[in-house]
Amino acid sequence: MTVKKFNLPDVGEGLTEAEIVSWKVKPGDTVGINDVLCEIETAKSLVELPSPFAGTVAELLVEEGLTVEVGTPIISVADQPGEVGASAPTPPAPAKAAPPAEGGAAPDQNLPPMYGVLSDGGAQAPSAEASGAASSAPEAGAPAGPLVGSGPKADAVKRRPRKASASGASTAATRPTPDAPVVRSAPSAPVQQAANQTAATTAQPPAAFQVQASQPAAAAAPNGAPGVAGIGGAISGIVSRVLAKPPVRKFARDLGIDLADVVATGAHGEVTREDLVSYQAQREAEVDRADTFWTPARKPQDQRIERIPVKGVRKATAKAMVDSAFTAPHVSIFVDVDASRTMEFVKRLKASRDFEGIKVSPLLILAKAVIWAAARNPSVNASWVENADGKGGAEIQVKHFMNLGIAAATPRGLMVPNIKEAQDLSLKELALALNELATRARAGKTQPAEMQGGTLTITNIGALGIDTGTPIINPGEVAIVAFGTIKQKPWVLDGEVIPRWITTLGGSFDHRVVDGDLSARFMADVAAILEEPALLLD
Amino acid sequence: MGSTQLPAPGLEGMQADRQIVGDEPSTEMVQLLGPDGKLGADPVFSDYAKRLEPEQLRGFYADMAKIRRFDQEATALQRQGELALWVPLTGQEAAQIGSGRATQPQDYIFPTYREHGVALTRNVDLAELLRQFRGITNGGWDPNENNFHLYTLVLAAQTLHAVGYAMGIQRDQKAAQDQGGSKDAGKAAVVAYFGDGASSEGDVHESMVFASSYKAPVVFFCQNNHYAISVPSSVQTRVPLANRAKGYGFPGIRVDGNDVIAVHAVTEWALEHAREGNGPVLIEAYTYRVGAHTTADDPTKYRLKEEETSWRDKDPLERLETYLRAEGLADDDFFAKVKADGDELASYIRRTTLELKAPEIRASFENVYAEAHPLVAEELAWFEEYSAGFEGDEEEEAN
Repeated sequence: MTVKKFNLPDVGEGLTEAEIVSWKVKPGDTVGINDVLCEIETAKSLVELPSPFAGTVAELLVEEGLTVEVGTPIISVADQPGEVGASAPTPPAPAKAAPPAEGGAAPDQNLPPMYGVLSDGGAQAPSAEASGAASSAPEAGAPAGPLVGSGPKADAVKRRPRKASASGASTAATRPTPDAPVVRSAPSAPVQQAANQTAATTAQPPAAFQVQASQPAAAAAPNGAPGVAGIGGAISGIVSRVLAKPPVRKFARDLGIDLADVVATGAHGEVTREDLVSYQAQREAEVDRADTFWTPARKPQDQRIERIPVKGVRKATAKAMVDSAFTAPHVSIFVDVDASRTMEFVKRLKASRDFEGIKVSPLLILAKAVIWAAARNPSVNASWVENADGKGGAEIQVKHFMNLGIAAATPRGLMVPNIKEAQDLSLKELALALNELATRARAGKTQPAEMQGGTLTITNIGALGIDTGTPIINPGEVAIVAFGTIKQKPWVLDGEVIPRWITTLGGSFDHRVVDGDLSARFMADVAAILEEPALLLD
Repeated sequence: MGSTQLPAPGLEGMQADRQIVGDEPSTEMVQLLGPDGKLGADPVFSDYAKRLEPEQLRGFYADMAKIRRFDQEATALQRQGELALWVPLTGQEAAQIGSGRATQPQDYIFPTYREHGVALTRNVDLAELLRQFRGITNGGWDPNENNFHLYTLVLAAQTLHAVGYAMGIQRDQKAAQDQGGSKDAGKAAVVAYFGDGASSEGDVHESMVFASSYKAPVVFFCQNNHYAISVPSSVQTRVPLANRAKGYGFPGIRVDGNDVIAVHAVTEWALEHAREGNGPVLIEAYTYRVGAHTTADDPTKYRLKEEETSWRDKDPLERLETYLRAEGLADDDFFAKVKADGDELASYIRRTTLELKAPEIRASFENVYAEAHPLVAEELAWFEEYSAGFEGDEEEEAN
């Protein structure tokens, strides 16, 4: 029985790393050629990796959720000669293709992967690799075997050494210190301290999973030393560009880290992802020690102002709000409602066996009320479309369906996903749809399609304890209802002041479409349902 | 400059166009075998379809199934790190097999980088095809052996090569006839494959202008697979691509690219048209790239699942299978054998690919000039001296 390792391939063009999203197999499973082993996510896409081997999964070498470099062994598969041989002629192709072991497939000793950076110098590399041999990997490798997990040899810096003339440089060259050519800006004391910690932290945790190929050990090996040491030293004064792979650069940019500040441990003085992670940890530790939000006046003024680039959801929200506020003339109206019966109704629903396990809130009754009221006042469920006929004429498009939008605060910012064809849903179905929508929004999983095609929106500002407000209409719609908090207040009933559950409904309407009386009637209808949900049976 | 052959005046091309496509700016599409697997009729092309023997129809199916299986295996090999890149063709089998099977051995093909199906019809060893994608050579096969040119990675460049080649055929033909050859001596045509994305390139315009002016025997075969990587074809053109031929003065035909029978008929017609000296034809095979542009692409980022599903319903293999079964032309045994053959091919491809060796670098010097050349000899000598200056074995480095 022999054990083969599958090295993470470059599934795109020039990708350097990928995250193992999920394993589809576990140790002990039998796999055939092209059976799906795992799902990985690269900078470009999510793809499934098919097995290059047939046999039994021996070990998963990388945990789910870890990002590893291309060329890192991710799984080992043991072939079972007897079984493979026996099954070969019968089942479909995959199995037939199985016997790579007997064909040209090279002996299975750990071929050094064909990458610029050798993975994990320590763990199971052949002993010959210990020192300078690393730079001339072919010597250590098997004879002309197949490329193992190749892909484009992205960084093929391995060269055979020149004979006599260049020998001095090639063999004896030792880089002055690992970090000298890298950290161009002279490191200040704290940074130096960080460097020490970097080295310490990187060494420990990943050992089990052989995470990054570039560990301190690899860096220390004078891999490729001949060129880099000499040239690197010579040009370091001129070029201050720090070596790092594109995903690492992006990571650094996202974290707002200047790569030049990071102590590099990678081959050729390259900043690795791990370097960044530990630098960030260090930085966060420092930030934690920082006193408060307020910056003392002795600091320069521009350092006391935080600049946040406007992009993504923030930018989209800003644009939508400006578009809406400055094209649709908003009219807002409010009404106080005694929602006590709604509260009772919700309480009864919660207790009912039919709604067992389903989250029920007053929002459900409001949603139902809005759908009911819109059918009685259809113009609120409409769009104003400029230049609908192509000749500059506008059009009001009344929607005979309800895609009910619910404004939601999500990890990515404000989103307004909508419940499609809400008019067809029973109370229970609507409750489920609301829950589903909220769950997805909270998890940040709302898809663009879920936010398109809304016809009317509810914003549940009461969830934050607010009484009411003047909401801005979701672009493309003409009405929005703000649902205030429900709390007990003094209320006059039959000449007596008694505590009741009171809420305030706010609504904004596009006056181009919805006039005062219509908006009033619509809001009154919604209010009527909250006051007496039994009217829904009507 | 010697005697330049000026094109004859006249608008024969336009007439043919009117005859085939009609007067209106046409969105008509030639279709014989619909998605339901029923054979329809066409005033011009049904005659071509009738000529097909059952054996040929079964062959079409077997080819399409084989190339799809090959496509799957190559994709898997890429995902296993054995190929640097792969360009999937799934969805376009009918367009490629139908057109490829309509060519004759003397015709010459200029493919893009996705014409694996056409390569199959021209008897290119599919394992050889993978050499380029494994990154060990710039070519992979000898184009003169099968009159199947090397894959061209520069978008649309091959359309110019094709027209130039076709103009060469015209001259060879004239020379043969001048020397007393028969009227049919040297009759051949060229097929230039390209896609909807490439149709936006200037090269295509230039090649069509020249082809039309010189009535070159070239068939422009555009597989409109709906996407230039991520850009939908609706962004590339406001009229059916086939209509563009009108502007150049030769016939343009849109054919259902998922209907292998119609593609075969239309291509046969176009090749005859070209070989007979009537000038170029543009064929727009209306099809869909079901998979990604390449293995480095993720189509879910720019198109919806519903769209992909709707095209899966128009699958070229399924409709032919339905037809073959309904007409009693093929049975379960046939389809089982096709599947087994595909699996065998896949296993052959896997084995061979893993064994592919990088070619000897000295081979590169051999193909610079047809005959020995002093400069090449000098450069080779320099190379030998240079490589002798290294330690170790050269073979190891090559791998």
